[in-house]
Amino acid sequence: MNLVLPQKTPDARVGEIIKLAVMAVGGQGGGVLTGWIEALARSQGYVCQATSVAGVAQRTGATIYYVEMAKKGELEPVFALAPAGGDVDVLIAAEMMEVGRAVMRGFVTPDRTTLIGSTHRALAVSEKMAPGDGIADADEVRAAAEMASQKLILADMDGLAVAQGSVISSSLFGALAGSGALPFPRDAFEDAIRASGKGVDASLRAFAAGYDAAQSSAEEPVAPETLPAPELTGPDRELARWKTLQGRADSLPEPVRELAGNGLMKVVDFQDCGYGEAYLDQLDRIVARDSAEHDWLLSVTAAKYIANAMAYDDIIRVADLKTRAPRMARIHAEMGAKNGQLVELTEFFHPRAEEIVSLLPAGMGARWEANPKRMALMDRLFNKGRRLRTHSLRSFLMLHFLGGLKGYRLKTRRHQVENAHLQQWLEDSLKPLDDDYALSVELLRNRRLIKGYSDTHARGLTKFATVMNAADLLHGRKDAAEWMGRLREAALQDPDGKVLEGAIQTVRSFV
Amino acid sequence: MAERSFKAEVEHLRKGDGDVFTGEGILAITKALLENGVGYVGGYQGAPISHLMDVLADAEELMAELGVRFEANASEAAAAAMLAASVHYPIRGAVTFKGPVGVNVASDALANLSSSGVNGGALVIVGEDYGEGSSIMQERSHAFAMKSQFWMLDPRPNLPSITKAVKDSFELSEASNTPVMLMVRIRSCHVTGSFATKDNVAPPLTVKQAIANPQSDFNRVVLPPMSYMHEQDKIKNRWPAAERFIVENQLNEHFGPKNAKIGIVVQGGMYNGLIRALQRLGLADLFGRTEVPIYCLNVTYPLIRDEFDAFCEGKDHILVVEEGQPEHIEQHLGSFLYKAGRRLKLYGKDVLPMAGEYTGQVLLDGVTGFLKAAAPDMLPGKVRAPNAEEPKIPDLSKTVPIRPPGFCTGCPERPIFAGMKLVEQELGKHQITGDIGCHLFGSLPPFEIGGATMGYGLGPASNAAFDGGGERRAISMLGDGGFWHNGLSSSIGNMVFNKSDNVAVIVDNYYSAATGGQDVLSSRAHNDTKATNNPISAALKGVGVEWIRQIDHTYDVGKVRDTLREALTTDFKGPKVIVASSECMLNKQRREKPIRNKAIKDGRRVDVPRFGVDSDVCTGDHACIRLSGCPSLSLKRLDDPLRDDPIAHIDQTCVGCGNCGEVADAAVLCPSFYRADVVHNPGRFETWRAGLRNRVISWLQTRRDAKRLRLTGAPT
Repeated sequence: MNLVLPQKTPDARVGEIIKLAVMAVGGQGGGVLTGWIEALARSQGYVCQATSVAGVAQRTGATIYYVEMAKKGELEPVFALAPAGGDVDVLIAAEMMEVGRAVMRGFVTPDRTTLIGSTHRALAVSEKMAPGDGIADADEVRAAAEMASQKLILADMDGLAVAQGSVISSSLFGALAGSGALPFPRDAFEDAIRASGKGVDASLRAFAAGYDAAQSSAEEPVAPETLPAPELTGPDRELARWKTLQGRADSLPEPVRELAGNGLMKVVDFQDCGYGEAYLDQLDRIVARDSAEHDWLLSVTAAKYIANAMAYDDIIRVADLKTRAPRMARIHAEMGAKNGQLVELTEFFHPRAEEIVSLLPAGMGARWEANPKRMALMDRLFNKGRRLRTHSLRSFLMLHFLGGLKGYRLKTRRHQVENAHLQQWLEDSLKPLDDDYALSVELLRNRRLIKGYSDTHARGLTKFATVMNAADLLHGRKDAAEWMGRLREAALQDPDGKVLEGAIQTVRSFV
Repeated sequence: MAERSFKAEVEHLRKGDGDVFTGEGILAITKALLENGVGYVGGYQGAPISHLMDVLADAEELMAELGVRFEANASEAAAAAMLAASVHYPIRGAVTFKGPVGVNVASDALANLSSSGVNGGALVIVGEDYGEGSSIMQERSHAFAMKSQFWMLDPRPNLPSITKAVKDSFELSEASNTPVMLMVRIRSCHVTGSFATKDNVAPPLTVKQAIANPQSDFNRVVLPPMSYMHEQDKIKNRWPAAERFIVENQLNEHFGPKNAKIGIVVQGGMYNGLIRALQRLGLADLFGRTEVPIYCLNVTYPLIRDEFDAFCEGKDHILVVEEGQPEHIEQHLGSFLYKAGRRLKLYGKDVLPMAGEYTGQVLLDGVTGFLKAAAPDMLPGKVRAPNAEEPKIPDLSKTVPIRPPGFCTGCPERPIFAGMKLVEQELGKHQITGDIGCHLFGSLPPFEIGGATMGYGLGPASNAAFDGGGERRAISMLGDGGFWHNGLSSSIGNMVFNKSDNVAVIVDNYYSAATGGQDVLSSRAHNDTKATNNPISAALKGVGVEWIRQIDHTYDVGKVRDTLREALTTDFKGPKVIVASSECMLNKQRREKPIRNKAIKDGRRVDVPRFGVDSDVCTGDHACIRLSGCPSLSLKRLDDPLRDDPIAHIDQTCVGCGNCGEVADAAVLCPSFYRADVVHNPGRFETWRAGLRNRVISWLQTRRDAKRLRLTGAPT
């Protein structure tokens, strides 16, 4: 009898087991991909075992498929049923954050793992919900993936597949073939697709796209969206006025020029050249108080947010945007409508008394707004959902008419309110300028909080007011600007302003 | 109609002697049932054995040829009760459900069955929903076997072992007159592999033949004094008989050398995980041949004292690998050792964690820990003295968002919760209980509506404490699956009888959707072998609910909101039940897509709706998403230096369910949503009219554009 068992040399064949995990989001076709891999391995004289999890936990959630394979031997190999950290040869992640999850769970290690990931994003609910920008940072995941993997293949596998009229499982299978991580020839992969018998041609095209992406080794260049640069077009007489305005914008300090140009286009598109002049006048007043000392940051910020404030979202703007010719063309393209097919459009409007009254002449609108009875009447008359079939003439004409009210817009109650708000905001923002330049910049940036329609818009205004008012608390502190920025970020985290409330409490605690 | 069809795979179930079956675990189990002369099968769906029910349903024709009866039972309790046929008749029966929750529901019948004892082999196939991918509380079914004294098999997770376990279970059941539970874990159910098949065997006695010759025996009835005799019979006869059978037929297996100072006792289901740990330590080869003695418990209850004693002979250190807690097996083995006066050291939930799944890493760490203490010389050098430095990989835990399951694209339950959220904004927060089913996703962001439930069909019952009423009515959710499973009596009957003043919302999506789209009584589809089309509202009336509101189109968010508001504010005293019905989108798409594609191909007029967002109108406040969470409603960043926040965007996976438009309207969100209906194969008149409209519209557009400046090429 042995006292102690002798130490064994590890079985070399154990090292030859190929362990492959697929991390996907439920509904991405991970099962199909796993089925192909299995069929492929068996056709090449390998013993193969796959496992998956089915059921409610899979619905749109993160899920893992797992495959092990080994050359056929004298006995049946013993395979594991789930991936283990540090012990995965090929990791296929069908989405960018799933790439991150794979790295986080230790399934990707530099000594052995070929990581094949799709860079496209299927945003998690938590990323989409925030009123601000809650989208996770893909660059962090990319950096970690580069460090963690032995070989890394990243490409927009979803985009590649969709372009071929197929789904991501095909392009990922192609990338797996292209990666060379499995000891099987390309034909064998393609045969597995053919044998499955469904949508074979599209699958093979997407397979080829994935294969090429993997072979080109270098990551796919981030295709710069080749959108044409924005420009203004229109009748010659107007264009001549526009040239003058452009000249004025071009004479602004260099750092301000670009955003001022964009802002100018936005307000002229919103209204007309006269309105563009007003925009530049506003901006000039800021530039006059600014200097190169701070790289004109105040003016740059103002150029952006004054344009946004001046191009407010009223019914006239929405109606105009909804009835423009390029919109129809864009929708046709997006919906993939072909010749001979018709596209019918339904718009969802829900005007309330506030919106209707804001269209009245300023004085009258103000009086009506102050009269609760009249507002209640207006609500009874107008407040209901209206579905406008804008492909039909009746609805189109109505919106076309509303969109054509630009000549009257500057006389409306809405314009009066917006303009007053704009002036107040600028005044409040510039108040601390002389002794705290950075705080003024932050105050201008708070304009970002105003967005949305109806209740959302109202909540945005409340948050804006709360954050702006905090300037009085903070003014005079060294870190006032930093705190102002923090308050704004807090306001963007949840719709009800709970995080903001907490942040304001913190501020109160130290002032 | 179930979500996944096994019609093609079911053909493999006809394989016979000399053939090889390659496929999934659940199919292998079905094949084994047929090879072993099963007389009747049944069960209740639930992950991870939902697909077993689907396979059985799809194999109904084949089973009918053999004289095997298939029953889609109303609940796990009903399934377990069906095994009563094996009490008197020498017929093999098998039922399946998930564990431990299904076993909870079935436990009454299982206890009675175990007391009565069986003549024919009675088999319960339990899919143990434990560990990653599980959707329930983390417990073990093992305790049920111990309390009712039925036997539990936990075979090694490969197809030959699992199918052999089916055969062993039937024989063990008959040899000991005791029902047997065959446990398969989440990944074992769907593990793929091969095994050599045998011919199917028709049951020697079919249920049809049996009913022609009825039998009864009051000694089998669980009433005093027979029940006392049953208890004695279990201990004196059935248990020893079971032990004899297990030992004689070597149901438990030994691997590795006979003589060594150490050994490992492992549940059959954990065998592969253990071998992988040993493989990684260089202590087992590809085929699992190992230098460490292993006693593999394919039968985890009862434990065989003599076998264990023999295994311990000459050993100083024993490790028990037992997943889940409490550590029933380890405790039991410890008591064997203590009573035998042995001094060997027992390891288990000290080197291994007490709670949680035994993943690859956990087992590697546990086995390493055991060997470090018991036989450090066996460990490879790099484990004893690691020198390679682990690379520092940035921590992504703050970056990568969690991705819990949620409503599918176009789910008809989403607008129900959108409506509820709108009512909440109006009337304030209410006490809400959820139930088991997809609708429980409503408790997650973005809705965060609803709370815990105490079980399937128990949503309204979980609010019973509040039945007496108060300032605000309590709301409870219930799915159609839960309603028919148990909800009609335990929840609705309870509300009616106790004069509850609360509100119940029944989410009727035409299927037992969360478990894979199986039909239930109120399903709308025609089913050749099941009676469908029994409306929930009729059942409600039948048990005495007077205030019933039927919503036939849940996507009408305004109607959902108004109906719920009415239920919460009406003067009516008594239970108020809203039945919100619309078909599960996953199943609807699967059903309709092929029909639609064919219609388009055939040149018929088809209208395909999809939603879109005007990006220049959307301000990026995401209010719409907070009332939706639909996978197809996402965000995109615009290449516009004037904009800070990403805006809403609908991708091409949108199925045009209508929720976005309804929510924009009901919640007065914003006018950026539009619905585009692409009309395939439009009629002549339609095309002519559209052409006319387009000419007028583009004339108007051109006329206006001639007078103003406008932005082109801007990011939209």
